[in-house]
Amino acid sequence: MRNETLTGTLIDDRIELTITEICYACSCSTEWVIELVDEGVLEPVAGERDDLRFAGTSLRRARAARRLQQDLGLNLPGVALALQMMDEMEALRVELERLAGRRQP
Amino acid sequence: MEYKDYYKIMGVDRDAAQDEIKRAYRKLARKYHPDVSKEPDAEARFKEVAEAYAVLKDTERRAAYDQLGRNWKEGQDFRPSQDQGAGFEFSGAGFGDDASAYSDFFESLFGRGFGAQQGFRQARPQPRAQARGEDRHARVLIDLEDAYSGATRTITLQSPQVDENNRVTSKSRTLNVKIPKGVKSGQHIRLSGQGSPGFGDGKAGDLYLEIDFRPHPLFRVEGQDVFLDLPVTPWEAALGATVKVPTPAGTVDLSIPKGTRAGRKLRLKGRGIPGKTPGDLYVAPVITLPPADTESAIALYEKMASEMPYNPRSKLGV
Repeated sequence: MRNETLTGTLIDDRIELTITEICYACSCSTEWVIELVDEGVLEPVAGERDDLRFAGTSLRRARAARRLQQDLGLNLPGVALALQMMDEMEALRVELERLAGRRQP
Repeated sequence: MEYKDYYKIMGVDRDAAQDEIKRAYRKLARKYHPDVSKEPDAEARFKEVAEAYAVLKDTERRAAYDQLGRNWKEGQDFRPSQDQGAGFEFSGAGFGDDASAYSDFFESLFGRGFGAQQGFRQARPQPRAQARGEDRHARVLIDLEDAYSGATRTITLQSPQVDENNRVTSKSRTLNVKIPKGVKSGQHIRLSGQGSPGFGDGKAGDLYLEIDFRPHPLFRVEGQDVFLDLPVTPWEAALGATVKVPTPAGTVDLSIPKGTRAGRKLRLKGRGIPGKTPGDLYVAPVITLPPADTESAIALYEKMASEMPYNPRSKLGV
């Protein structure tokens, strides 16, 4: 195994993940993922309830939601709010870097 | 190994009540949580706080820790005595995901077994005594250049293993993994069957690698687009020029148009991170002034001052 080079699957927007795959990757129940959808944290690309499918990039968001809930003791509306504010902060940080870069001599 | 002063890490007194410890943890966790904080040492601080909380929130573990006495100082060399560490037994399941990252000090007190994952929670209950192994996760830092050309990375992982005595121990394993060209920060690579082994006839779980870029000294990345600030001289900007520009895939020649002003961006289409629709490379010319530090330079500036009537403050009404 030491010398073998493994090639994985790149989980990008072209990959669809089933709700079960998200559950395994986040060690969570389908009910929890459905609650994330109901809260607007995750947006499925297809399917109904137990057969939902998500864009590959949803995995990162679901994992972040899981960590925030477990580590900070947030409820799901709190997780949704935290993620939304983190998105806004990230956008501001990018803008700040851009402006700071422009000011440099 | 170093003694850990869990009370000091949490910023509470040794006789703090349990709810006080919980409040302190929540406050510190919000401050240092790696998803929230952008402090460079956030992850290390968060792990320290999580470890301290894992001990102090549990009255059995807290009592065992308190038995060490109050004369120890944070960072002091600590050697567990014979009757410390081995004899404690604790009820309850293990901790969260990252418990394998707890310190040697923690392990000397409470054992490595606590680093094991909690029991596998299935998405749907399965009637038979078999279950798919858990998915595992690891974070991999790569350079921006690796996303342009692809790369192979050697990754060492600590995985929990059950030995013949049914005890959970940590075992390190090394994997060589191909990082595909076109990967972007925040994306995952899934290695099927490389997670925890299954139970019974259950399949092994998957291993997910989350990719992150190391900060680059020259380039800034947004999604699949890459940005570069390019210093140019006033005459290159005013008269136009062809200059050499570094890109993550090598140097290219870029034509600076005549009359380029600060704030303008030049787009090199398709020179961002590769992909089915590759990103673009945006070059922002930054006009830099040569110093007036020689007689001839001073003479040239003076010539410009006298021969180029130009008021940069005309819009300010002065």
